[in-house]
Amino acid sequence: MKPPDIEAVGITKTFGALKAVDNVSLHLPPGVFHALLGENGAGKSTLVKCLMGFYPADQGVVKVNGEPLRVGSPKEARRHGIGMVFQHFTLVPSMTVAENLVLARPDLPMVIDWKAERVRLAEFLKQAPFHVDPDSRISTLSAGQKQKVEILKELYLETRFLILDEPTSVLTPQEADEVLGLLRRMVDRGELSVLLITHKFREVFAFCDGVTVLRRGKQAGAGRTADLDSARMAEMMMGEARAERKVGKTRSPGGPVLYLDGIGAVGDSGVEAVKEVRLTVREGEIVGIAGVSGNGQRELLEAIAGQREMTAGAITVDGERHLPTREMLLQHRFFILPEEPLRNASAPRMSVAENIAFRLFDRPPFQKFGFLLDRKAIADFGREMIRKFSVRPPEGELAIGDLSGGNVQRAILARELSSGKVRVLVAANPCFGLDFKAVDFIHDQLLQARNDGAAVLLISEDLDELLELADRIFVMSEGKLVFETTPEAADLALIGRQMAGQRV
Amino acid sequence: MKLKGPDLFVPLGAVAAAMLVFGVFCAALGVNPLGVYASLWKAGFGSWYSWQNTLVRASPLLLCGLCTALPARAGIIVIGNEGAVVVGGLGAITAGLSTAQMPSLVSLTFMVLAAMLCGGLWIAFSVALQHYRGVSAVISGLLLNYLAIALMNQLIEGPLRDPSSFNSPATFPLPLDHRLGFFSGTHVHHGLLFGVIGCLVAWFLVERTTFGFSMKVAGGNVRTAKLVGLPVGRLVVMAGFLGGACAGIAGMVEVAAVHGRGNESLNAGYGYTGILVAFLARQSPLGVMLFSVLVGGLVAGSGMLQRAHDLPDATITVLEGTLFLFILLSDTVYGRLKIPGGKANAVAA
Ligand SMILES: Nc1ncnc2c1ncn2[C@@H]1O[C@H](COP(=O)(O)OP(=O)(O)OP(=O)(O)O)[C@@H](O)[C@H]1O
Ligand SMILES: [Mg+2]
Repeated sequence: MKPPDIEAVGITKTFGALKAVDNVSLHLPPGVFHALLGENGAGKSTLVKCLMGFYPADQGVVKVNGEPLRVGSPKEARRHGIGMVFQHFTLVPSMTVAENLVLARPDLPMVIDWKAERVRLAEFLKQAPFHVDPDSRISTLSAGQKQKVEILKELYLETRFLILDEPTSVLTPQEADEVLGLLRRMVDRGELSVLLITHKFREVFAFCDGVTVLRRGKQAGAGRTADLDSARMAEMMMGEARAERKVGKTRSPGGPVLYLDGIGAVGDSGVEAVKEVRLTVREGEIVGIAGVSGNGQRELLEAIAGQREMTAGAITVDGERHLPTREMLLQHRFFILPEEPLRNASAPRMSVAENIAFRLFDRPPFQKFGFLLDRKAIADFGREMIRKFSVRPPEGELAIGDLSGGNVQRAILARELSSGKVRVLVAANPCFGLDFKAVDFIHDQLLQARNDGAAVLLISEDLDELLELADRIFVMSEGKLVFETTPEAADLALIGRQMAGQRV
Repeated sequence: MKLKGPDLFVPLGAVAAAMLVFGVFCAALGVNPLGVYASLWKAGFGSWYSWQNTLVRASPLLLCGLCTALPARAGIIVIGNEGAVVVGGLGAITAGLSTAQMPSLVSLTFMVLAAMLCGGLWIAFSVALQHYRGVSAVISGLLLNYLAIALMNQLIEGPLRDPSSFNSPATFPLPLDHRLGFFSGTHVHHGLLFGVIGCLVAWFLVERTTFGFSMKVAGGNVRTAKLVGLPVGRLVVMAGFLGGACAGIAGMVEVAAVHGRGNESLNAGYGYTGILVAFLARQSPLGVMLFSVLVGGLVAGSGMLQRAHDLPDATITVLEGTLFLFILLSDTVYGRLKIPGGKANAVAA
């Protein structure tokens, strides 16, 4: 089956007063690899959800091979071979790869003939672009493997027009190259069309034929990749050229502040995920922890944040024992920016302003007479933070779950950085899925906190980010810190081997 | 959270759908559904007299609804309401009988406090089991209901039994002036006040206090609550205690206003119906006020169905069950409907 010809004409989609997508047109003939770019909240996810029939568009039509697609029907889109990998994982964690693939089939019979299905699946996997063990449980896979399974699922469902919503934000550059490269080959063979949403220009130039750029819902530009350079694309995205970075390192580190004393923690599957992690972060210093995802970084952060039991060790701040209680968090001015903030650091159904107030709501001026909540103070503070951190749309009453990924990140960052002077800041992959402007903004904020004397622990899978920001870098592998270096002395090949768990 | 369009439309839609199915059920029994609807309306809301009946039924429902609605805001599903009503009633009668010599107001105060303590601890225990030991509060609540009923039978047939109560065992009666009175000119007892005040206080607690806010954070996302250092265990157990205390007062009201003594009627099903009320109200205390009256009207109409249409008493239970089914179903619809003022499903970007 050939990929379909997809044409969107004048798509408009509003949420309340907000025009998330405003009169956007897009034509994708069969066999293209096209990129959809735009800053956070530009409307990329919303546009492709309209293409998928996941949202009914308010105006405009989607034509498949010239025929208008019936609106609001993902099933119909699927029938035409249109499929999508969402920005967040949709696999069932407790099931195996095989089960996830088979159960996704729309024409599933009441009683599944597993034997026949397995034969079919084995045949499919034989000619599939990536190799994943069909019997491994999803919860045991790394982010990169999960992403591969998501894509395999679409291919298994005979998707010929594949929409990928930021598939690489959770992947290492090597993993991203592998996945996108294999898809590129399928496109070259004329088996597939791909519409890729991404924030990474590198991927656009390496894999895409053309780009469409959205800005605040409107079509801000389009063109062939060959005719563009990254400065021009940045300008289309933001309506202005990329600004110079303002904040640099202005001081050198002082005395020790944060001390992790042999921390241990157990992972979800019951195995020891963090083993005796011991490190010191000094005043005015950023210490980075590098590593491939799934090597205990998540568990380490959760243990520090009080979301997971610490099975060994202790945390000290300025020589005092630290426990994750409200009193101590405040006293030690201890703030945390976990990855996936919607899942880990927000209450999605509560409003943006309320979420921003989580650190401070129970003390004046938000609290009155010891027990009353001053809702006006919360709304005012929310409005101020939304302005200061440029959260869009600037409406504090909106449920935070309705913000775009990047804007959730900004709102949570606002809370963690503005609830008092920061002494300790622990951040994990703070720039996953953010546009370059937001990345610059967050990097500036982290450096600013460092320059103001905070001890910053930055756990990141993005080595470039660590090399740019950190004063010292540890490599974490299989739950242990296995290597320490500084950005100046860093030997990339050596770090890579350490991350991969190859001792020298 | 403000009461938004869908918070009202969706449950009312579920009520309408349930009524429709219930009508088909009546038709299948050979009774004209329109006649049944008319009777239900007449018995529940048709006259001042029937309104009074409805309000009498609504007063325990207000409190029993809170028993589910309050812990729900902290993210815990409680269905042990019936047990909390029963132990609350037992606590109240025990306190009432042991303070029979004291002034009426003092005795009543002790009864309320004892009822709150018993009902509160009952539910708090079940919530604590879930939080600290991983036993679902739904399961433990259900089992604790049976335990409470067994305890009641044990007490009213044993140590608390009034020997003069032959065929239906009961405790000694409360002195007449130690009972709750009636609003003048009506047969609506003062228990209604407890219910209304309970809902207003609960609303205030949830929406206007820092405690209520903490509860909502814990209910909204436990991981986040831990991240910002909230004592999640204490919060959910406290929410359970408050909910249980409300159900306990419902038991006290049954004892001190309706029966004047403790007997088997403590286990009259208000606890279960309260769960229905809470779900209809989407766990909002103000919604509990509205839907207690609505469901109270249905309960009040059950007798009428028997008299006017020769339908068994349990027919209304069928309606309640259908209603529950539809309200649970509607939860899957909620958010997908395009209702003016509503918002689309929160799909993470
Ligand atoms: N269900 C919704 N209800 C209300 N507003 C929404 C909803 N979904 C998205 N929005 C808003 O529409 C705008 C576009 O969101 P969208 O998710 O399409 O952005 P995006 O370009 O994918 O951004 P990101 O790069 O951060 O993922 C945002 O301002 C967002 O807040
Ligand atoms: Mg998006």
